[in-house]
Amino acid sequence: MQDPEPTVATAPQPDSNEGAVAAAAAPLASLQRPTLGLFAHPITGPLFALIVIFVVFSLTTSTFMNAGNMSLIAQQSVVIGTLALGQTLIILVSGIDLANGAIMVLGTVVAGSIASQGDPVLALALGFVACVVVASINGLVVARFRLPPFIATLGMFAIITAAARLYSESRSFPVTSDLLSVLGSGPEFGTVAVTYGTMLWVALTLALGYALNETAWGVRLYAIGNSPSAARLNGVNVTRVVFSAYALAGVFYAFAAWQALGRTPVADPSGYQIANLDSITAVVIGGTSLFGGRGGVAGTFIGTLIVVALKNGLTQAGIDSLYQQIATGALVMLAVGADQYLGRGHRA
Amino acid sequence: MPKRENRKSRRTAVRAGWAIAVMGVCAGLAPDAVRAEEKKFLIGIVELQLTNPFFGRLKKAAVDTAQKHGLDVMTAEASTAGDSATQITAIENMINRGAKGITLDPANSTALVPIVKKARDAGIVVVTTNTSLAPMTAADATYETDNLQAGILIGQWAKAAMGAKPAHIAMLDYDLSNKTSKARHDGFLKGFGIAEGDPQIAGSALTLGNAETGQTAMENLLSAHPDINVIYTINEPAAQGAFFAIRKARRDVLVTSIDGSCPGVRSVADGTIGATVMQFPTRMGEMAVEAVVKAVREGAKPSGFHDTGTVLITDHPVAGVDSRDSKWGLENCWGE
Repeated sequence: MQDPEPTVATAPQPDSNEGAVAAAAAPLASLQRPTLGLFAHPITGPLFALIVIFVVFSLTTSTFMNAGNMSLIAQQSVVIGTLALGQTLIILVSGIDLANGAIMVLGTVVAGSIASQGDPVLALALGFVACVVVASINGLVVARFRLPPFIATLGMFAIITAAARLYSESRSFPVTSDLLSVLGSGPEFGTVAVTYGTMLWVALTLALGYALNETAWGVRLYAIGNSPSAARLNGVNVTRVVFSAYALAGVFYAFAAWQALGRTPVADPSGYQIANLDSITAVVIGGTSLFGGRGGVAGTFIGTLIVVALKNGLTQAGIDSLYQQIATGALVMLAVGADQYLGRGHRA
Repeated sequence: MPKRENRKSRRTAVRAGWAIAVMGVCAGLAPDAVRAEEKKFLIGIVELQLTNPFFGRLKKAAVDTAQKHGLDVMTAEASTAGDSATQITAIENMINRGAKGITLDPANSTALVPIVKKARDAGIVVVTTNTSLAPMTAADATYETDNLQAGILIGQWAKAAMGAKPAHIAMLDYDLSNKTSKARHDGFLKGFGIAEGDPQIAGSALTLGNAETGQTAMENLLSAHPDINVIYTINEPAAQGAFFAIRKARRDVLVTSIDGSCPGVRSVADGTIGATVMQFPTRMGEMAVEAVVKAVREGAKPSGFHDTGTVLITDHPVAGVDSRDSKWGLENCWGE
């Protein structure tokens, strides 16, 4: 089996050292950016939607547009936002992960239960391991054994949801460890709290954005999303890259688990029941194509803010939660419709 | 999938009955084989999803009571909230296996009515636990918490605890199309002495009855209405989440809840929750199975609504509302 892992374009092996990455990225970027660039991607749609939401709520409620509420929206975004980063990776390679919320909850329950009677560092480490291992199994099943991602992760969703409840005996664990709940704290300026969790979310978004746009790995990921067969013909080890997307997503789910413990300091196996769908919603509203190969984390960041700000604002405006669900659902359909019309339509 | 704890077929049960009769072990109690079979009949116990410790406790009480009476037990549970399909399948299986009695915690108040009718037509005694069917008479009898009364108790306590202070109320509900949720909500308002839409209600939001959604809902409501000073919550996990939001916003809010789970009572003890109303799943399971046993063995069929009790738990008792303290609560709570 010879698979020397060349890059898509004929650039020098960019993984070999740090300097080469930048050197390789420049020509690559100039060639490929129109189709895959992070900042060239039309996030203008989602951004426009976000601005409209802010303007409408600022006009209709007196409490939405203030610094305290803005920091609240950021805090409410971190868990779904971090999960959605992992989801973005998977959707970029034409996959989908229905299990990510369950994996995160498993991580919180593992960490919370161990911390309740032992070392918080060990607890956090094992929580991370649980998330990455389960996500990697998803990756193996999808990449190596070619199961459809929807079915594979649907199965994993059921298994992990039940596993978390069996493991915890359906109990929840209050979290008292400072380490586990640190992401919920941070500097405060009057009513404005900038939590470490918010900072981490921004940092993770930037790091993943860099990895997707400025490394050969990112280029391969987009190439596979656009056309696995073409990528394979260009010498991309599709199995390995797809696996890496799922495994790395697991790292983000682990961070999301840590975020969740910081935000709500109780490890609850019945929490975050629809986080998987919320994360998909955030990614799709953010303009990443469910067909793979187009989109990115900037869109996901904005998409998350849209989902959260909509809920925040509608609650403040006194709108029934059921209408909130309708509003979010309509936005998803609008986003997918726009993707279909603008993306596939004109490419075909 | 219905989980069968006891796979003994009916035939085995009959044989066992014969054996017992022949051996004369129960000679005095079972004068003939028919009576022996009636003594050891099959009971079906159909529960809601056991991920909620409340239903776990209810089921355990029912199974324990049935085993105490020496019955064969067949159990099944819904896999998610509202999963009536699994329950219907389970009841069909129980009818086929010749069950003489069924206790059912219906996932849906109307979807289960036809199958319950079929079971009763086959001569099976069917009683509901925790919540009833619509109409209630679709089952022989029902054993449940009077959730309206639970709401009234906590509403009265909140009103008395607030005293003359002007109230700004937040309601943290669960889906109000759910019977229990609606009854508690209405009860609170009634107990507080206000109607739906009263200006004292600053805002309301839906939660999923867990900490995470309770926290987000409370954050949003506090952001819009910083003057909120008393909240109703559908259950204690939602109250705990709301408390996180209140603590973060450094507000002073009276937190009230309903359920009486052990973690919830501990929150009453540490002052996180001002008061909660305890319900009694163990009593539900016991009363329901005892009623079935009595009906099958003695032919006295139960009927109507049976309140399994509600007790206000608080360390800040108020005049005019009976309550127990958190110490009593911890001795009588459910779910660990």
